[in-house]
Amino acid sequence: MNQTTEAAPALPAAGNVPAHAEGRPSPGKGKPAKASAPRTPAGKQGFRSRLRRDKQMLLMMVPGIVFLLLFFYIPILGNVIAFQDYQPYLGIGDSLWVGWQNFVDLFDNPDFLQAFWNTLYLAAWQLVFLFPVPLVLALIVDSLISVRIRRVFQSIAYLPHFLSWVLVIALFQQMLGGAGFINNSLRQFGLDPIPFMTNPETFPVLVVAQMIWKDAGWAMIIFLAALASIDASLYEAAAADGAGRWRRLWHITLPGLRSVIVLLLILRIGDILSVGFEQFILQRDAVGAGAAEVLDTFTYYTGVVGGGWSSGAAAGLAKGVVSALLIFAANKLAHRFGEDGIFAKKVG
Amino acid sequence: MTTTVSQAKPRPDRKSGRKPKGRKPKELSYNPKRPVWKERPSPLYQTIKTLVLVLFSASIIVPILLVVSTSLADKDQLAKAGGFVLWPERPTLEAYETIFNGPMVLNSLGVSAFVTIVGTVLALFVTITMAYATSRPVLFGRPVVLAVLFTLLFAPGLIPSFLMIKQLGLLDSLWSLILPGIFGAFNFVVMRSFFMNIPQELIESARIDGASDWTILWRIVLPLSKAVVAVVGLFYAVGFWNSFFNALLYINDHSKWPIQLLLRNFVVQGSGAADGLGISSVPPSQSIQMAVVVVALVPILMVYPFLQKHFTKGVLTGAVKG
Repeated sequence: MNQTTEAAPALPAAGNVPAHAEGRPSPGKGKPAKASAPRTPAGKQGFRSRLRRDKQMLLMMVPGIVFLLLFFYIPILGNVIAFQDYQPYLGIGDSLWVGWQNFVDLFDNPDFLQAFWNTLYLAAWQLVFLFPVPLVLALIVDSLISVRIRRVFQSIAYLPHFLSWVLVIALFQQMLGGAGFINNSLRQFGLDPIPFMTNPETFPVLVVAQMIWKDAGWAMIIFLAALASIDASLYEAAAADGAGRWRRLWHITLPGLRSVIVLLLILRIGDILSVGFEQFILQRDAVGAGAAEVLDTFTYYTGVVGGGWSSGAAAGLAKGVVSALLIFAANKLAHRFGEDGIFAKKVG
Repeated sequence: MTTTVSQAKPRPDRKSGRKPKGRKPKELSYNPKRPVWKERPSPLYQTIKTLVLVLFSASIIVPILLVVSTSLADKDQLAKAGGFVLWPERPTLEAYETIFNGPMVLNSLGVSAFVTIVGTVLALFVTITMAYATSRPVLFGRPVVLAVLFTLLFAPGLIPSFLMIKQLGLLDSLWSLILPGIFGAFNFVVMRSFFMNIPQELIESARIDGASDWTILWRIVLPLSKAVVAVVGLFYAVGFWNSFFNALLYINDHSKWPIQLLLRNFVVQGSGAADGLGISSVPPSQSIQMAVVVVALVPILMVYPFLQKHFTKGVLTGAVKG
């Protein structure tokens, strides 16, 4: 994918330009010839001449590469502390190696198992109840005839995506919290307040509601684009053959959305163990660790707050590896069903 | 609200048989006319649709309106309404005066503004150069792109990142809020796919005229890419403004708290006005809390129209483009 898209624009240029490019300065201008060497696919030029030709481009990559090294690849190597008994005053070099001991300890730790279970439980809730909402909203919006209503609704629905989680939780608290709008009104009518924000048992519902509020509108965009790209003559032909609304939905719309749905599902599955870090860390105190502790918050409280660097890193590493494996597995599955999955798409 | 929507919606126009779906998949082109083959929706279906849309919109508008109104309400009305008002009868800025008299809110707004502005500029620089350098068939281009895309798959983890910041000596420094955010793989993909669509002939001809790669980027590519630069810049800016967790991790010094962390401690965790904001509360605490929420909200509301104008394009080039 990447290869073809990159090479394609270069080929015609390679065919057209050589007259100027083979070392001769272009007529009229006295500029040095090396600046005008065309970018041909690999193999046509020697390594050194390509290096000289791409000097400035390589220079441009430097800030990004430094960033990747400092904040991504070196920290990845830093995960070795998961196999150590890391002590900050000793550093990575001198800390004792303990092999898999940290992981073994984790699986004996009831708090970790609770966090692991909570993560899976909340992820299942999200997958079942969160995933369909944007699709349904997009189908409704797509069926609107009036452009104005459509625009107004989209403007409103996209907004919460840009609000921070802190703000979202603050707004929810003002509405549903113990002293919030709804409970305030209930009290004024002499009814008992309902602990929406602090009841561990209904916590998954609250979490999913918050996610829907924040991102369902935004997630609609991709579905709307996919819906707009379905050939309208298909609907017309189906309608002429007597297919009603639901038959068209089932036989035209949903197959047309299949690859987008698969793509989003894969991304969702890869993200499944992340469930929504900020959202949980903000509400963990109100609901209690029993219901709101997930793998990420466990990592934070064990490692950064509690100083258990190595077991925190072990939990984080386990999560990262499992997530990456899940993406690979989901992508393989998508290929098996004849879809592109993400690896082909994302490279763009 | 309900009535206007349901009245405006059924407007069948059978005169024209144009299809509402655009022919080009990339653009969402809307046509207000209902196509001839499409049946009129049944009243039940229409009602459900209207209800869903209205409830969803209301759930977004009402809390925001409530918060803004309550922050502006005077104490008599607040006392009478028992805490919340939907519309301030005699709007007063008392709550805002109070929070801006204390040192904390202004200070954290300053921190957030600094982080957002410096962060966005740096982020745009890193992303643009990286995206342009890999958007052409260049030496080492492919491995570098793969190295970026790998970041989408795997995260280095919280603890190693924290130790890295500590190792760099950035704890309790504002740079710890800026540097980890100056490059995002998603924004890179959006930017790069835009650059890749710029015709190669344009760039080759500039090269033949002797332009260096820097000149081509600044004089030819960037002027053609204003829209995508605006979108990506706004995405970064919103990200920096909204980021809260980095501050929780790396910043202990209260004078360096960004507004989001202040909001968390003061509103979500409910620390008192005195330690939370360094003020003694005169207006009702409810409106003070709301005022802090509004202060964090307003910048986003201000850039939202610009964001909205462009973001669909940005999101779709990154996500759907095959």
